Amino acid sequence: MAVETEAKPPAPKPRRAILSYGARERPAGGLEFWSWLFMRASAIVLLFLVVGHVLIMHLPAGGVGRIDFQFVAARWDSPVWRTWDWMMLSLGLLHGINGLRVLTLDYVRRPGWRVALNLVFGILGFTLFILGTVIVVTFNTANFAQ
Amino acid sequence: MPRGAPESSNPALLERQAVQKRDFPAAIGSCPVAKKRDFTTLYRGREGQWSWVAHRVTGLAIILFLFAHIVDTAVIGWGPDAYDRVMSVYENWPVRLLELFLVAMVVYHAINGVRIMIIDFWPKASDRQRQLFWGSMVVYVAMMIPAAIIMGREVLRLL
Repeated sequence: MAVETEAKPPAPKPRRAILSYGARERPAGGLEFWSWLFMRASAIVLLFLVVGHVLIMHLPAGGVGRIDFQFVAARWDSPVWRTWDWMMLSLGLLHGINGLRVLTLDYVRRPGWRVALNLVFGILGFTLFILGTVIVVTFNTANFAQ
Repeated sequence: MPRGAPESSNPALLERQAVQKRDFPAAIGSCPVAKKRDFTTLYRGREGQWSWVAHRVTGLAIILFLFAHIVDTAVIGWGPDAYDRVMSVYENWPVRLLELFLVAMVVYHAINGVRIMIIDFWPKASDRQRQLFWGSMVVYVAMMIPAAIIMGREVLRLL
């Protein structure tokens, strides 16, 4: 006769109804979890990069009005600003395109349309990433010397 | 039917009415059970839903702008004439006003993102989520006032 020696598996911990006022509920695992984590990790970096970008480019001394070829050429003399801009380019695109993907999960019900739209976003993002990377890496004032 | 409570399919209201009928039968008709929040939107509106909607709307607007901004910045690879011509687009007030809206959206998305992360990584914060929301709005307004003054001056100059 079998005796029940094994303890019953512990009851699942009651989950607090957290995150209901945050954004998405934290996905349990897999790609969606990494996407969730990436959005937050990239957000922390972008927070500093983008707020700094706005403070430097949009506010002082007439804001964007003073930005011209010379201004950018002088800025991109320094690899620090090139790296800054390239990081904003890549993290901004990844964060934004992943955001668009999350929107399609909610608002595009037909799987075919969803895949098609995400393909368009992906190709667009990849193209812009290549374009931006090529420009920010290869830009050389000497090419335009009068 | 108590005063102030029209026929409703709102489950929260129906539940409250059922509880009241069961526990306080004498009170039926003497006090309204309907609360204002029983008649709001599907997700009951309020701070949580609206901040979430605004996060999506601002995020969408920012990525659409980013697409254009990458292209306009890349034009610098085609030399000073091309780039300065692109940048001359900013020398007019409607575009500068849009730029101010853009900054307003970026700052909102940033502040609200921080609020989301606070709740995500420190679950206890959700107990005070409403205060957290209004606190983040205070920070938002405090950041936007100087930005709006500085950029607004440029808009007026170009008007």
